[in-house]
Amino acid sequence: MSKHARIPFALAALAAMAAAPAQAQQAAPAVKLGIVSFLTGPAAAPFGIPGRNGAEILIEELNAGKGPAPFNKVGFGGSKVEAKYVDEAGSAANTVTEFRNLVQRDKVDAVVGYVSSGNCLAVAPVADELKALTVFYDCGTPRIFEEKARAYVFRVSPHATMDNVGAAHYVRDKFPKLTSYSGINQNYAWGQDSWRDFVGAMNVLMPKAKADKVLFPKLFAGEYGAEISTLLTSKSKVLHTSFFDGDLEAFTYQEQARGLDKRMTIVMTTGEAAITRLKDKLPNGTIIGGRGENGWLAENTPIAKWFAKIYSDRYGIPPSYPASQMAQSILGLKLAYEKAQKGNDKPSTEDIAASFKGIEFTGPAGHVKMTLGDGHQGVTGTAYATYRYNKKTGQPELVDVKRYAAECVNPPPGVNADDWLKDGMKGAKCN
Amino acid sequence: MLTAFAILTDGLVYAAYLFIVAIGLTLIFGVMKILNVTHGSFYAFGAYGAATAVGIYAESGLPAAVGFLFMVGLAMAIGLVLGIVLERGLLRLVYGRDEVVVVLVTYAAFLILEDVIVLIWGPRSYGAWQPMVAAGSIDIGDLTLSNYDIILVLIAAGLAALSYWALRFTRYGRLLTAVIFDRETAAAFGVNVTMIYTATFLIGAMLGTLGGAVMAPKISVTLGIGVEVIVLAFAVVAIGGMGSVEGALIGALIVGICRAAAVHLVPQIELFVIYGVMALVLVVRPHGLFVRAQPRKI
Amino acid sequence: MTRGTLAGSLLFLLAVAAGPLLPDWVVSLATIAFANALVVLGLIVLWRVGLVSFGQALYYCVGAYMVALMARWVGLTDAFALVLLGGIGAGAVAFLVGFLIARYREIFFAMLSLALSMILYGVLVKTESLGSTDGFTVSQPTFLGYAPHQEQLGLALYWLTLGIGAVAALAIGAYFRSVAGAMAAPIRDNEIRVEFLGVSVTRLIHAKVMIAGVLGGLGGALAALTVGHVDPNMAYWTTSGSFVFVTILAGAGSVAAAFVGSLLFEVVRSFAVDLMPQLWQMTLGSVLLLTILFLPDGLGSLVTRFATREKAKAP
Repeated sequence: MSKHARIPFALAALAAMAAAPAQAQQAAPAVKLGIVSFLTGPAAAPFGIPGRNGAEILIEELNAGKGPAPFNKVGFGGSKVEAKYVDEAGSAANTVTEFRNLVQRDKVDAVVGYVSSGNCLAVAPVADELKALTVFYDCGTPRIFEEKARAYVFRVSPHATMDNVGAAHYVRDKFPKLTSYSGINQNYAWGQDSWRDFVGAMNVLMPKAKADKVLFPKLFAGEYGAEISTLLTSKSKVLHTSFFDGDLEAFTYQEQARGLDKRMTIVMTTGEAAITRLKDKLPNGTIIGGRGENGWLAENTPIAKWFAKIYSDRYGIPPSYPASQMAQSILGLKLAYEKAQKGNDKPSTEDIAASFKGIEFTGPAGHVKMTLGDGHQGVTGTAYATYRYNKKTGQPELVDVKRYAAECVNPPPGVNADDWLKDGMKGAKCN
Repeated sequence: MLTAFAILTDGLVYAAYLFIVAIGLTLIFGVMKILNVTHGSFYAFGAYGAATAVGIYAESGLPAAVGFLFMVGLAMAIGLVLGIVLERGLLRLVYGRDEVVVVLVTYAAFLILEDVIVLIWGPRSYGAWQPMVAAGSIDIGDLTLSNYDIILVLIAAGLAALSYWALRFTRYGRLLTAVIFDRETAAAFGVNVTMIYTATFLIGAMLGTLGGAVMAPKISVTLGIGVEVIVLAFAVVAIGGMGSVEGALIGALIVGICRAAAVHLVPQIELFVIYGVMALVLVVRPHGLFVRAQPRKI
Repeated sequence: MTRGTLAGSLLFLLAVAAGPLLPDWVVSLATIAFANALVVLGLIVLWRVGLVSFGQALYYCVGAYMVALMARWVGLTDAFALVLLGGIGAGAVAFLVGFLIARYREIFFAMLSLALSMILYGVLVKTESLGSTDGFTVSQPTFLGYAPHQEQLGLALYWLTLGIGAVAALAIGAYFRSVAGAMAAPIRDNEIRVEFLGVSVTRLIHAKVMIAGVLGGLGGALAALTVGHVDPNMAYWTTSGSFVFVTILAGAGSVAAAFVGSLLFEVVRSFAVDLMPQLWQMTLGSVLLLTILFLPDGLGSLVTRFATREKAKAP
């Protein structure tokens, strides 16, 4: 069965070598990447497929040498990149099996992927066991590098604590006299962690404000009538939610039909990805986050504009944050690869890992520094804004954008996210 | 006082949702003794069909009520087609085999249909919110209710009344009841059981797609909505008793109100409510609430 | 020794010997398949008496979490002890559950078992200290003091799984040939007559629930050690569903069917994901459908036909 996988790879590698630019004296063999994300199931449309598409278009452009400096070398260090796309759906056992297949059967040079934090936690020890270079692009739990030091695992995207600390900062900036807030988050690790981090940050930044209604509907419940009724009976002025995609849209439609947003301002930590889909259905005044400075919240750097252009030219819609995070992860890997390269040879996994540590660069998802997790975990700044739909132009707008520096919303090196929040966010450097 | 009223209304709305989803399943099980896992696919196809219908009608500028009827009509047409394809194409081949095997056939069909949805509609999610927004809202005291929710409750009540009337007072309904009671004796009396089976499956399929269609304006239509619905529908049917429409109604009401109470008062147990209720009911009434007297074969 | 046991023993020795020669990813895949096969074996025990459990994930999860928690809280790392504890823990849960569930039949048995596994799921999801839906890592096991690494660890777990699988296969085979096991068919056909004969059907079914529970726990324990990670999804009803899927694929005809069917399922699934990354569910569903239509007694019937040289009869 593995023959089916090997023959196309071999042919492609031969073709890549034949097509290598004439200047390269001896082009190194193609770099094989395993790209893992949700291609089926409810997490496919919001995270897995944008991630996959982001990888696809980026790799195409890199292979043609069209990346902006410092990413202008063809592929990785002159070698074309081949990607194999694998579905993340299935149990942890399935995920680990597919990871082993990628590394040992398909012999990829590195694996970039994983949306589910559970899968990231399951794969990390296996990656170190197999000495396989792995970059997590979307999963949010801080536990990856806090539980154990990793040798071959990296995460360029910041972890999810940042999203909720940023939200708390913005809430304090906009509602300095707030006394009561509520939360509706999905009843699983992502939702529970998001709420816990938000409450932790609020306890430090706004100790007088108290949490009123704390709701945890089932993931993908889709129907929130009872929850909305409960919130309508609350006096809170701010509602925190880490809902995403389908659940976020369903909740927005349902709450609007009942006027909840007229009573309390909704803070959507992942709202950025919903802007192009909801447009005028997203209430004015909603506070929007994007898991960092992504998409609508991105700073106008040339590389962010470049990536937005190539993505929307191919797929017809601007890239959402999973797509930017995937691009950021692959670009980080590319930089590490080229930094470790001696001449035109393929660098060893150990060398790439060594040069990946502590790397710093600017990509479509902002300026990232790998400062946490002993140089394996990246931090960026974050941004939050208020949403307006401009009826005259028919375009969404983000106003009141506030940016928070990386050191303000991320724990300092060597400190666990939970401990940092409990300790009053010591060491945070905010402007 | 406000909370009690909210619990009542929320419970009714959720119960309406459960009932609409479960009624097709309980009919199919009652008559054909088939636990139809494909019911989840019917629901999903209904929802996606409704999203497409809403997309089409939204361009045309027709009044909302027409759009709603179009949406329902398209969904039921899809249900009919799917039902025919499945019943003729697949279930025919496994009638008479072990019940478990038939369940597995429906499960296999469900897996295949999940990917058929991807092939037709792609992996993205769809919105069908226009009918819900068009219905508006109503303020009762401090609480704002969506009129669409009220419409759902009315639809559920209408379905319950319709099935009650159909089962009691129409010829087909009484034949159906006979077959539910004892298939062999009914056949011995000359009832065309095969035709009843086919008709029931088609009705069940259409009810399944109808469920998806009426729910679509409230939710986001995305991959995987069929999966969760299956367990909910099965649980309601198990509580109510297989093949009993009254049972499905009472079961839906019990689960709906308990869940609403949990969300308002004890949110921590919200996840367990449906399973806890099912376990409790089954402990007290091992065959569900409304069970037909079964003759024991000795 | 029957033909079946002889053939089984030969295959077992072949599998053991092949371990060091096969690539690591095959060994890992096979280990998980055989761990799942134990759960399937438990389902076969129940299917013979006419019951389908949609809640074996409960015992699978209990076994897995026993292993993970013993390693985490008590620092126990010996693989043999951990797996044994997993099996015993699950067996204890099955003993308690059996009092409730042994009186139900058909769909209600299935739904009640599903409800219980979903309750465990809900409890674990709410337990943030255990990582909620993210789960947590299982520390690497040792084998009577010896701590193998990497490929050696993979091989050690493979042999351990094969060993436990063999013991279970022999035990269950003997059980099927015993009076209690042979009672399955009569109970399935006409329970009341069996009661009139003076046999307590409820007690027998309770025993079978326990056997299936222990097997489920052993499978979960081995899976936890091999995958190195446990999460509440192991108790979700779709996990139970996939075990039932494999059981039907394998057929209830023989003990070997569980292992053959489970291995084939893992291979087909991996194959489907490899070839059709976005449409693998359809591939899997089609394979199941074809098997049901053309091999009504499951893949195991092929094995049984070989072993006994007669057409396999439905159990």
